[in-house]
Amino acid sequence: MAETAAVTGKSTAAKLGRKEEGAMLGVSKTSRYIAHAILILGVLIVAFPIYYTFVASTHSLQTILRPPLPLWPGDQFFANYYQAIFGGVRQTGGVGADLLLFNTTVMALGIAVGKIAISLLSAYAIVFFRFPGRMIFFWLIFITLMLPVEVRILPTYKVMVDLGLINTYAGLIIPLIASATATLLFRTFFLTIPGELVEAARVDGAGPWRFFKDILLPLSKTNLAALFVIMFIYGWTQYLWPLLITTSNDMNTIVIALRRMISFADAETQWHIVMVTAILAMLPPVAVVVFMQRWFVKGLVETEK
Amino acid sequence: MATVELNNVRKVYGGKVEAVKGVSISIPDGEMCVLVGPSGCGKSTLLRMIAGLESISDGTISIGGGVVNDKGPVERDIAMVFQNYALYPHMSVYDNMAYGLKNRGMAKDEIEKRVKSAAATLGLADFLQRRPRELSGGQRQRVAMGRAIVRSPKAFLFDEPLSNLDAKLRGQMRVEIKSLQRRLGVTSVYVTHDQVEAMTLADTLVVMNGGLAEQIDTPMAIYEKPASTFVAGFIGSPAMNLLTATVADGGLVLAGDGGTVKPRDTVLPEVGREVLLGIRPEHMKVTDSRNTADLTLKVTAVEILGADVLAHGQSVDATQTGGEIIARLPGGTRVEVGDTLPFAIDPGMTHLFDAATGKRI
Repeated sequence: MAETAAVTGKSTAAKLGRKEEGAMLGVSKTSRYIAHAILILGVLIVAFPIYYTFVASTHSLQTILRPPLPLWPGDQFFANYYQAIFGGVRQTGGVGADLLLFNTTVMALGIAVGKIAISLLSAYAIVFFRFPGRMIFFWLIFITLMLPVEVRILPTYKVMVDLGLINTYAGLIIPLIASATATLLFRTFFLTIPGELVEAARVDGAGPWRFFKDILLPLSKTNLAALFVIMFIYGWTQYLWPLLITTSNDMNTIVIALRRMISFADAETQWHIVMVTAILAMLPPVAVVVFMQRWFVKGLVETEK
Repeated sequence: MATVELNNVRKVYGGKVEAVKGVSISIPDGEMCVLVGPSGCGKSTLLRMIAGLESISDGTISIGGGVVNDKGPVERDIAMVFQNYALYPHMSVYDNMAYGLKNRGMAKDEIEKRVKSAAATLGLADFLQRRPRELSGGQRQRVAMGRAIVRSPKAFLFDEPLSNLDAKLRGQMRVEIKSLQRRLGVTSVYVTHDQVEAMTLADTLVVMNGGLAEQIDTPMAIYEKPASTFVAGFIGSPAMNLLTATVADGGLVLAGDGGTVKPRDTVLPEVGREVLLGIRPEHMKVTDSRNTADLTLKVTAVEILGADVLAHGQSVDATQTGGEIIARLPGGTRVEVGDTLPFAIDPGMTHLFDAATGKRI
């Protein structure tokens, strides 16, 4: 376990460009330079397009349309961002990025929290309770792994129309919150909790709810954090479902809006606004990863037991 | 504090496997009852039934006078110490001990008073804010004990609590548990497979085998008069020597032409009966002449333990192998493999069992 943690720690440190003296045992100086060169190259390949997007978001449309695009940021930063956030463009019906970001945040948070809540509770029921049809339910959940959103999109859409959930946050969130993967993950984790701990809690007078709240949840917190990050990003980058379920401009998510901003005729596309929106769309997931990175890595490599 | 009564308790799994086949034990208030036996003898199942963690198929269990068959662990008011301690890993030592009290809705200052006093008793006062993983095995064991004593329950239940400790610590904790139990005067049931723990801790010792209580008595009575060959082999280390023999006129003829033994102060059953002759290794003394010897052994192996020397051997008269006999000699006795040693058996220290049933005669 300590080994895994050390290895993961090393690779994250390398990714962040941090120096870690003497961490690699028995590796010569030359091969270390080569390793760093490869890593730096990799970072550049990933980071340059993002940097270029940022550069483009600070120039006027005229500058962008007249190649080559400068390599350094221009002077339109405030003007472009102000227009994108509070003005909007014609293609998205004049809806500003502020509302788009709000919509997307509601959806991503709803999906992440909903998925965790549902999978946590169903895994709890399957592992710790004996009820008729327990294994049937387990296999039913398992089978849904084989049914991605795309396969069941028509019936789901029909149900959402019948329930009148088109153009609502509920319609955006609810069809996506059932998660077999997360349920199986929690089930596996719960199975590693020793039976004696459950019995000790019973002797200590903890009923099912107390056991869940006082013991199971605190023990699952690293798993929760890792899953939250993964699910938040999954929710944030949803494209197909929001495209179908929202018809009004002010219910769009930022990913949908970004796509709609780009017309086929190059001249009509407000490229500077597109670039600003792209940067804005990237920021929240990045923030979530950065803030939760420590927990995220911990959740993937170790369990506190 | 309460008496614990088990009346013909049975446990059947899935209508087929019978783990406990009708056990009746009566534990007086404040006494410690130890259940001992090999793996799978039903001792842990029995303890878990007393705790309320396992349902009771048949019979009754009462704690403090009332039948508790249908009550949960909380209503039975018992506290349990588990083999792997089962401490809550995310809680401090203080919270581990306080959790059961909090769940009972006890006032904060009363909880603090009780936890502090238990921690002082167990020498944990400096560790109250630590997490279980920052403690040593012995300290974790103490926290598990503390979690039980803060509750002042009607009974303590111990499920092999010392089996995860090293030998030295085990000996130390054994003494601590005993004195703690004495001081608090709480009725206790203690499950172990270690016969030293069983002998030292028990007021009442229950030797279990195959779901049945083979013998229930004080440790010394069980040592002196084991009810069956199973008990004889289980209690005492090294185990009692058991030799197949036939009763003859005035003596016992050992199987395999092993010669005749004439135990003193022993009433022999009728001539011709097949018996098992039991002699504890510590009741065999080297004697100076072959004339006073009850048994003469040819030594096949020697184990020097410091305080004792264990001599493994066979009757010199035996024509076939098998029926190894172990004698426990005082430390410093010079014995070599191949020696022929005459032994006298302490008068009255032989045990006779029926060869067919294994029961004491």
